[in-house]
Amino acid sequence: MADTLTSAAAPGTETAAYAARIDHVSKAFGRPGAQQLVLDDIALDVRPGEFVCLLGASGCGKSTLLNLVAGLDEPSAGTIATPGGRPALMFQEHALFPWLTAGRNIELALRLRGVPREERRTEAERLLELVRLGGAHRKRVHELSGGMRQRVALARALAQDSQLLLMDEPFAALDAITRDVLHDELTRIWSETSLSVLFVTHNVREAVRLAQRVVLLSSRPGRINREWAIDIPQPRRIEDAAVADLSVEITEELRGEIRRHGQH
Amino acid sequence: MASTETGTDGAEAAAAAPLDKTPAPAAEAGVRGGDLSGLEAGLDALETVTVERSPLGRLLVQKVLPPVVAIVLVLVAWQVAYTLKLTPSYKLPSPRSVASALGDLWDQGILFSVIWTSVERGLLGFVVAVLIGTPLGLLVARVKVVRAAIGPILTGLQSLPSVAWVPAAVIWLGITSSAMYAVILLGAVPSIANGLVAGIDQVPPLYLRAGRTMGARGVRSAWFVLLPAALPGYTAGLKQGWAFSWRSLMAAELIASSPDLGLGLGQFLENARTNSDMSQVLLAILMILAVGIAIDLIVFSPLERWVLRSRGLTARSQ
Repeated sequence: MADTLTSAAAPGTETAAYAARIDHVSKAFGRPGAQQLVLDDIALDVRPGEFVCLLGASGCGKSTLLNLVAGLDEPSAGTIATPGGRPALMFQEHALFPWLTAGRNIELALRLRGVPREERRTEAERLLELVRLGGAHRKRVHELSGGMRQRVALARALAQDSQLLLMDEPFAALDAITRDVLHDELTRIWSETSLSVLFVTHNVREAVRLAQRVVLLSSRPGRINREWAIDIPQPRRIEDAAVADLSVEITEELRGEIRRHGQH
Repeated sequence: MASTETGTDGAEAAAAAPLDKTPAPAAEAGVRGGDLSGLEAGLDALETVTVERSPLGRLLVQKVLPPVVAIVLVLVAWQVAYTLKLTPSYKLPSPRSVASALGDLWDQGILFSVIWTSVERGLLGFVVAVLIGTPLGLLVARVKVVRAAIGPILTGLQSLPSVAWVPAAVIWLGITSSAMYAVILLGAVPSIANGLVAGIDQVPPLYLRAGRTMGARGVRSAWFVLLPAALPGYTAGLKQGWAFSWRSLMAAELIASSPDLGLGLGQFLENARTNSDMSQVLLAILMILAVGIAIDLIVFSPLERWVLRSRGLTARSQ
């Protein structure tokens, strides 16, 4: 499983020391003269195979940053490089196409990538197996539960065969038990592949549960405030004492950051 | 299930600290893997919605019986009004005499040719209206200048009764089939185009963004994402477009009737009026109604139901 995902890496990936390089990126919205700075001088590398969580309160521009990396928007200043090609992006809403079955959604991603027709079906089945939804190929999106939809969405993102997976609060709308299960699934799939993940969340525990590195963004404008390398071995549990301890520390920092906004 | 593992050895876990992706020792991973797939299967089973289709018998009782009862009631009321002689019989003939007018058409062997003359025109005009209205709707929906220029006109045209075009069409094209088709197009194209515009406007931007991240841009985005996503609005537009085609055609056939054009339902109605034959007039009206309903039942309702049901948009499928 793992090697099929790695083998198709774009040429040059091996030499690159990063899966994504965000090089002093700023982003402002609004008319000239009345511009609002959303991201201020963000510099961040995601190493190949690394799992990075971007953490921040509302208004820190974390989704904006993800859109920039995904190429859905242009930075106002600075550059973004993703040597592994166009990154895959997973949203908070599953964003699956309701007019297609679960399997066809994945096959569409394969088709847009240029996979020949004969291989699409088998590849889609394989990806569904990977997210433990073998047999759901013919299911309609509305027949699936929230957790199953996000797993199909994950399979569809993996179908892009990108080296970098961007995730924009993908589990925020799920109930706690389902979210917990999906954390385990994501960790498993990430450790079985050579995928790099840039994961945006406002949930501190989720960040500590998943990431090798947590990057805290300040709000308005978004700046990199602090980062933590997390060496608790995977698979972790969200209830682990070590996860809880670090979460307390990071939450304190995040609260301090939010409090600053109330002072002026 | 999960709780048995909860917080087993958080402290011990924290002590070891490799930075690589190496999974936990095999034994633990095995236990957790089995646990996870079982948990997941349970969640999936608990949360999956199963869609049941009603059995045929209940469907008949729910869907077929009510309209049949309604029609029977109308016929009974009609017969009663006739028997009580509420109006002279040249104004309100009995249901029986309308039925015998139908029998006459059958005996002359022209029943189906009358209906088919009109239906053929209507369908052909509708198909051409779809071929024109679809690209037009796409242009209006996606090109800002075009929308600003003709969007309001298109909406306005929808409220203009297409019968108003008949005199103009007759002066331009004479009493010909072309005039009929012109009136159909002027009636149906705005509905179809507007339906598509409404459908496209309601496409969640998220779908387009999702398509873009997968590499669908331009034509591929329109084909794989935009058009399928706009299908519910588009089918509603098609359905309305057919209704407008049929109405426009009947208006045109009524006003611009000529022996050269062949006998369609509109001409049949006009002839009946000239002969003051109320049974034939009522028969013509009922046949026009029946064709409209039949085409809707055979083509558009199933199409619309299929589009909505496959997306889980009908109340019953929830």
